[in-house]
This record gives sequence, structure tokens and C-alpha cells, in this order.
Amino acid sequence: MGTYNPSTEAERGQMLAAIGISSIDDLYASVPGSMMVHNLDLPEGMCELEVRAAVTGMAEKNKIFRTILRGAGSYRHFIPAAVRSITSREEFVTAYTPYQAEVSQGILQSIFEYQTMICMLTGMDVSNASVYDGASAAAEAVTMCRDPERVKAYISACSNPQVIQTVQTYCFGSDTELVIIPAKHGRTDKDALGKILGRDAACFYLQQPNYYGQMEDAAAIGEIVHAAGAKFIMGVNPITCAVMRTPFECGADIAVGEGQPLGLNMAFGGPYLGFMACVKSMMRRLPGRIAGQTVDAAGARGFVLTLTAREQHIRREKSSSNICSNQALCAFTAGVYMTSMGEKGMKQAALLCMSKAHYLAGRMQSELGWNLKYEGEFFHEFVTSCPCTEKVLMALEDQGILGGLPIEGGILWCVTEVVTKAELDRAIEIIREVC
Amino acid sequence: MKLIFECGSEGHQLSLMPVCDVPEVTLREERSQTLDLPHVSENDMMRHYTALSKRVHGVNDGFYPLGSCTMKYNPKINEDMASLSGFAAVHPLQPESTVQGCLEVLFKAEKYLCGITGMDAMTLQPAAGAQGEFTGMMLIKAYLHDRNEMHRTKIIIPDSAHGTNPASAAMAGFTVVNVRSGPDGGVDLESLKEAVGPDTAGLMLTNPNTVGIFDKNILEITRIVHEAGGLCYYDGANLNAVAGVVRPGDMGFDIVHLNLHKTFSTPHGGGGPGSGPVGCKEPLRCFLPGPVAVLEAGRYETVMPAKSIGRVKSFNGNFLVVVRALTYILTLGREGIPAASRQAVLNANYMMSLLKGTYDMPYSQFCMHEFVMSLDRLHRETGVSALDIAKGLLDNGMHPPTMYFPNIVHEALLVEPTETESKETIDHAADIFKKLYSIAGTNPEALHDAPLTTPVRRLDEVGAARNPVLRYSK
Amino acid sequence: MNIPEELKYSKTHEWVKMLDETTCEIGITDFAQSELGDLVFINLPKVGDKVKAGDIFCDVESVKAVSDVISPVSGTVFAVNETLIDAPQKLNEDPFGAWIARMEGISSTDELMDAAEYKTFCAAEEA
Repeated sequence: MGTYNPSTEAERGQMLAAIGISSIDDLYASVPGSMMVHNLDLPEGMCELEVRAAVTGMAEKNKIFRTILRGAGSYRHFIPAAVRSITSREEFVTAYTPYQAEVSQGILQSIFEYQTMICMLTGMDVSNASVYDGASAAAEAVTMCRDPERVKAYISACSNPQVIQTVQTYCFGSDTELVIIPAKHGRTDKDALGKILGRDAACFYLQQPNYYGQMEDAAAIGEIVHAAGAKFIMGVNPITCAVMRTPFECGADIAVGEGQPLGLNMAFGGPYLGFMACVKSMMRRLPGRIAGQTVDAAGARGFVLTLTAREQHIRREKSSSNICSNQALCAFTAGVYMTSMGEKGMKQAALLCMSKAHYLAGRMQSELGWNLKYEGEFFHEFVTSCPCTEKVLMALEDQGILGGLPIEGGILWCVTEVVTKAELDRAIEIIREVC
Repeated sequence: MKLIFECGSEGHQLSLMPVCDVPEVTLREERSQTLDLPHVSENDMMRHYTALSKRVHGVNDGFYPLGSCTMKYNPKINEDMASLSGFAAVHPLQPESTVQGCLEVLFKAEKYLCGITGMDAMTLQPAAGAQGEFTGMMLIKAYLHDRNEMHRTKIIIPDSAHGTNPASAAMAGFTVVNVRSGPDGGVDLESLKEAVGPDTAGLMLTNPNTVGIFDKNILEITRIVHEAGGLCYYDGANLNAVAGVVRPGDMGFDIVHLNLHKTFSTPHGGGGPGSGPVGCKEPLRCFLPGPVAVLEAGRYETVMPAKSIGRVKSFNGNFLVVVRALTYILTLGREGIPAASRQAVLNANYMMSLLKGTYDMPYSQFCMHEFVMSLDRLHRETGVSALDIAKGLLDNGMHPPTMYFPNIVHEALLVEPTETESKETIDHAADIFKKLYSIAGTNPEALHDAPLTTPVRRLDEVGAARNPVLRYSK
Repeated sequence: MNIPEELKYSKTHEWVKMLDETTCEIGITDFAQSELGDLVFINLPKVGDKVKAGDIFCDVESVKAVSDVISPVSGTVFAVNETLIDAPQKLNEDPFGAWIARMEGISSTDELMDAAEYKTFCAAEEA
């Protein structure tokens, strides 16, 4: 069996003698005999050489696509070598939560830097140190807006279905009614929003760009939401944030989103990164850990976890969120990514994503005769109607290309900065042969 | 040291992005707020993060006896496996035929974790212990809803519980009823009997409990709750004492959550990511979050449980963390898992025996994988608190144990050595603890100012909270 | 331990200053602030809140704890001391000057202690 237990039989004997017992069994004396496990249902342990073969064998059963044209909440972006190098450093990987601030300034400072960069990206005043992912961030944002007199939460039908499902689960927990505002032509129906949003509305959640890739009229929607006295939550793509009107500029009270595009692998869905930022007036409602700047006994600048009285270990059942562990290393990765890319890199990545997606969309219309399902402005995702979805996706798959996601009424395509013009041309050729 | 924003200057950058090879398209309306991200060269950036890494204390740096956190060694093979492109480069929405390896990981992890916990089914979706607790509470809520028993609104929790327990119960819409702990640290049975009734939804408990003691009345406790019509939820934070030795399912629990970043060796990353799988007995399987991986005629598929509570997050949980945990389970296997637990318990009792002549132990019987010391008397006699001793440990190169938890012990220090520490490390650590105790007696002032040798001295937490500065501004 | 003569006191260490027959001012005592340590934030009650004597009507935070402030009287809040939001340290520095809320339509004042009774009460608590 494999083991990381350094003790020898002799050393165990010495320890038992020091305690004054003859066997480790004596230490389990409080456990009723009938409860002791005798036939543990696990395979035999293995040495490292064997484990490597077994697990690598599983990894090799997965197909890695050379070209990926699918997004829908998880995106293949370029990850700089420096990001991989820094984020795999043992010091950062094996550290614990920085409760002992004096020996954790590296972690605390990196959290402070990440919080700053999320504020810069979204334009908001304050950020927390992360939550689990964009979907749970949306759910936590809804909780932040809870008000005894406003008992309903509203969400756009154009949000990622997994976000809607997650918010629904959390709302079932808090006995909050969740109302879905319908879509019209692939964007949130503003008229319906205006009519449906009532005095009982705590908040409205809008995704930007939305699930279909469409750019929403966020500022106008923000005005409608505020006119009803509700809070405006925007769930944003961080790459798009580098170029679009920021949530702050659109009047958002809270900005959340999925931070996976900021240097994290797609990794079959996790670990990802939920970022949360808000206006100053809502600062004390933010869940999770937050790092703050202070001074030490000698007057030197330092960082600590702060505003801790919000959290579960102090407020217990009166805390607004139970979150304890977060996605620290993923947030660290995002901070390193944003530092590597800088303003120029982030804007160039956004430009490449948007331009290449429009190139593909244009060629699909002109060469394949496909229609764009929605006519509005889009960023790097778009939906085409398709007469032969299965054939197209199979043909692409055979050639190492993961096509768009089949959804109701068409295919949701995505292009990121890592896809070359040649790859896009090749995809068109392949599709043209079968469709 | 400087913040990254204070390094470099305009014009310094990395060269990462190519020029656009298609006609450029931009948004009609762009942001007018500036984006003042750092301007650094790759060299300066690497130096900054290298400097930061020297101001961090990880398991790789030294003994980390944090009670309730199980800071065991993080095996390097786990990191290697989690970074295989066969896992890392997989899109979560790929066709199932192209991700059979990923589904196999989920299926096997579920199977083995069920075997260790005595559960019938498991979800790997929750991203951390707290999210697992919320999921578990939601399973109870869905179960009660299904049976029209919504008058059951109370969750019973011992006063010694971790704060996430009552917080999770509240998030699921339950009211919390606290029960007392007895003088032996276990649940006071009389207090429990008074607390149960027709409005009992369930009990949340960890065993061994938060003072490191296995509650010998566990079968009676779960029986009392079941008889009242409630379900029993196991907080798996302390599983490292009993993994492979005792199964929560055999203790009478209906639902469990696990902390892969504690018991199953996945690294803490400075506060996350973790993973909080939730297991349950058969009657609750249909309510689990989905989708879950199943094996049908030699192929892996995903299905949504029939009455699922839905999703608690996107996609498939913290998948790469599950890969690490599975690698660990495959390494240790049938014999290694219980051997690790037994060594963890031995190490804790050994360390306790070295210190009990010096420090006050409120619970004098054998502990499990962790033990609690109380510095209440020391504080009254010398003015030296648990905090002061902890800061003194920092000056001796050791990360302190958990302070001031659980809150039923005054001036608590909760110590958990784990099984991956040698006798030599434990002996050395005990010597440091004893040295500090005598300094407390002879020169308490020295400890009030500690730490003195760390990169910064004690920090003004009051000022940080009164005047929060939560981001850098030029 | 400062215990002004003209005020009334509750067993949970709040002070009451009668402004007239039916209105009063409420705060926490020197004993309370000393026990709580450095306060970093107060979650003030809302104007219009109706409270009963014995209800939790707001809470104060130190770095490591949250403590409930219990209303010593029944009544309706008509003013709150917003200056405490940016300067919670006033509760420590000047507990009898740093009023938290003003209430009207008050009742249930019989249970309150006078300064001498409160002094005895505190001495017993410390023992």
C-alpha cells in the first residue's frame, strides 16, 4: 500500500509506551465494537508508479480537441507560461487560510491585489476574496439584496441555465420566490421587465454578454430596475469587461461573474472562480473573506482578513452566508493572469475574441447560408440556426474540432483568441462538405 | 514590500497576444473607466511573486498543527495527475463519449467515498465543506417537502459546533436549536431529549466532536433523533480520526459531507479550492444535486436524480480537486486509509501526553485525531493568552494550532498533528510549546509583543475594521 | 467604572436617559464597552422600528465577536445616531455621550435600576 505516514513500527512502539498503552486499539475504546469496520470496500493501495499508470489511464480516455468552438460558461483562453509557473509554487499551493497574518503576508497581499484588480475590471468599489463560481456568486448576490419588505428575486431568461438553476436552489433554501423575466429576440424583454418588476422586487439579475452571446442594454435595464426600487445585479464575462461599459457605468449595485477565463483551465468544470464586487454602500453585505490594509506594531504596511464579524464563525446562524473555504488559489491565479496580460493584453484578447467570432459568423452566413438566430450586437458567442446539427458536429468532432453547443433552435458558437483564422476556415470547409 | 501596482511603469509589459488575423470588430459602446492593471515586465513580475512566496507559510515549510483543518502532507503525485492535459484541457460540455475518463473519475470517487462513509450515493458537486453542509440541509428540506412534513423546521446543533453548521441550517430556512455539551465533551443526552420533538427536522453533528473526542453515546444520539422523526447529518470535518476504521453510516447518520481538502490530502491553496462531497442513504438518493455519473452497459453516462434539489453550482464540482483525492485514495487503498487514521490518532495522543504535564487539558481522557488545551488559568495567572502563545510559536518557526475554537473552551488551542508528521517533529514541537509556557511564567511581556522575527509584527485589526481599505488606489 | 447618577440602567448593561415622560435616549454602559473591547461597527436599528423591552434591537461588532444590544424599554425608534457608523470608537471612548437610539411612546421602565442599584449589580457580576 502507498503511504505518507513516516512512522516505523519501532517509533509507534515508543509512542505507545510514552502514552502508557499497548495498542492503538486502546485509543478507540469509546467506539462500540460492532461499529469497527472489518471489510473496507476499497481496492488495495498502490505504489506511486502504479497509481500514475492507473490515473493517467483514465485521463487518456478523454478526448482533447485541437480546436474548441464551444463556450456556454467555460472558455479555452490562453494561459501564459508565467501564470502556470507562479501558481504552481508550493508555498501558495500548500498554505492555509491566512488567519495568522504575520506569517501570511504573501497570501493576504495577493488577495488584496486580486480584490483591487476585480474592482478595476468591473469599476466597482469593493470586492471579496472569491466564492465558488459564477453561479453561486449570482445566488449569493441575490441573498445580499434580501430585504424584509422585498421578498421576490428576478432573473433574466437569457442567463446561463446553470446559473438560473443554482439561484433557484438557493432561493428554495431561503424561501425566496424567483421570477424569470422572459426573453425577446435573444435579449431580456425590457417592456416585460418594466411591467413585471413590482414593489416586492429585491433585485434583478442580468447576464452580460448574455447566454446567447448578445450584448444587453444594461444601462437602460439598470434604470428600470432602480425605478422599481430594486437592486441591479450584473453577471459579467471578465474578458468582455476589459472593453465593454463596466457594471459600474451601467449602474449595477453588485457585479459578479465566472472568473474561469482569467487563467484557469476548463478542467471539466472546476475548480473555477466566483468573483463578487459591489458599491461601497453594500460592502458589509458581501459574503466570504475580505483582505484589508492596515499597519503593524512598528508602523509598517500590512494586510489582514477584515470585516470578519460578517462571517459564519462569528455570526453563526445570523450570518448571511455560510461560506468558509473559498477558491483562493484560483483567485490568486486570476490576479497573476491580469498582471501578466495588463490592460493592453486584456483589451487585445477581447478584440481577438470578438473579431474572430464575427469572422466565423460572417462566413457561416455567406458560405453556408446559415442565419444568425439573433440580430443584436454580440461579443464572442452567437447562435446560428442549423439544418443538420448532428451531422455538422460529428464531422467537426472527427477532425478534432469541438463545435458549438446544440441548444434549442440552433447551435451556440464561441470563438476565443486562441483560434486562428486558418482553423476557422478549416471548420467552414468541413461543415460545407456535410451540410 | 511593494504592491504589484507600485512596481514597473508605463510601457513595461509581457508580449502574449498576437495581432488580429481577421478584420477587427469592436463594441459600439466601450468602457470609459480606465483599466489600471499593473505595468510590469515578466522579470519584475516573477520577482514580485517570488518575494510574496517567501512571506507565506505552507505545509511545505513546517509543522502545521491546525485543529479541525487536518493539514496533512499534500502528495506531489496528486498535483501531477491534476495537471494532466487529459483532465485540465477538457471542456465540461463535451459529448459524453469524449469524457469517459472524467466520468470514470467521478464514478470511482463516489464509489470509494461511499465505501469509506457507509453511504449509498454521493454527489461531488459541492465546492467546499460549507457548500456540502448547505446541500445536506437542502436534502433534508426536500425530503420533508416530499413527505408533507414542512412543520419540521428545527435543526439541532451542539454548542461546540463549527460556525458553518448553524449558518448552513439557516441558509436552508431552518431554525437552529442548540444543545449543551456534557462535561466529557459529548452531547448532553438530557439536553438532546428536551430538544427533540414533532418539529425536529434533524441533527447536525461531527464525531469525533470539535474537542477531539469520540462520543460513546453516538448510537443513542442518532436513535433519539430518528425516533422523533428527524434525520441525522454528519459533518465530516473530523473524519481523519476514523476514516476506514468506523463508518458514519454505521453510527446512524443518513447524510454526510466530506472535506477532500482535509481528510483526503488535497492542498488548501491559501484558503481554497476545496471540495465538499455529500453522501446519503438510499431514501435520499433521488434528491441529490445532479447530474451524477452512472455506469450503463460498460459506458459512463450522467443522469439527473429523479427529485433532485437541482444545482448548487455549475458543471461538475471542483473536478481537479476530486482527481487529487481519487489519486490519494488509490495510493493508500484498503489498508492505507485506516492505517493513516490510526496513526493520526496515535500522533495526537502522543503529543497530548508530552504536553499534559505542562498545559491544562480540559478533557483528560484519550483524544482522537486532535486535542484541545485551555490557557484560561495561565491567562489569569500570568496575563499570557492563547493568542500570545500562538504568536510566540511564530517566532519559533511553527504555525500555531487553531485558536479560540471550539467556543465552549476558554482560551482554547486545538492541536491536530496528523499522521504525516514524524515522532521527531512532534518531539521538537512539544519542546517549543513547553519552552513558551515557561517564558509565560518568567517573562510574559516578551510574549505580548510576539512575533518579533516575522516579516511584519502584530497587525492593527481594529483599525482595519473601523476604516476598511479594501483595495489599492493611486 | 463610570455610572452617571441621573441615568437608569438595565440588567443587560444599557443606559436610559429620559428626555421627557414618553421619550428617551438609549446607549451602552461603560461596563459594557469595557467587556466588549474595541468596537469596530454598529448595526443601528431603523427609524420606525417598534421594539419591546427585552428584544434584541441592534448589535455591535468587535474584531472577533458580535454582541446583541437589548432594548431596555418598549417603544418606537424615532432617531438613530448615524455618526456612530463612521466612528464606532465613540462607544468605547464616551459610552454615555454616544447615544444609539432615541425612542418615543415608551413603557416598561419599571424594571430599570437606578445608579446605586446598577453599581451593586455590576459588582456582583464581576465577582
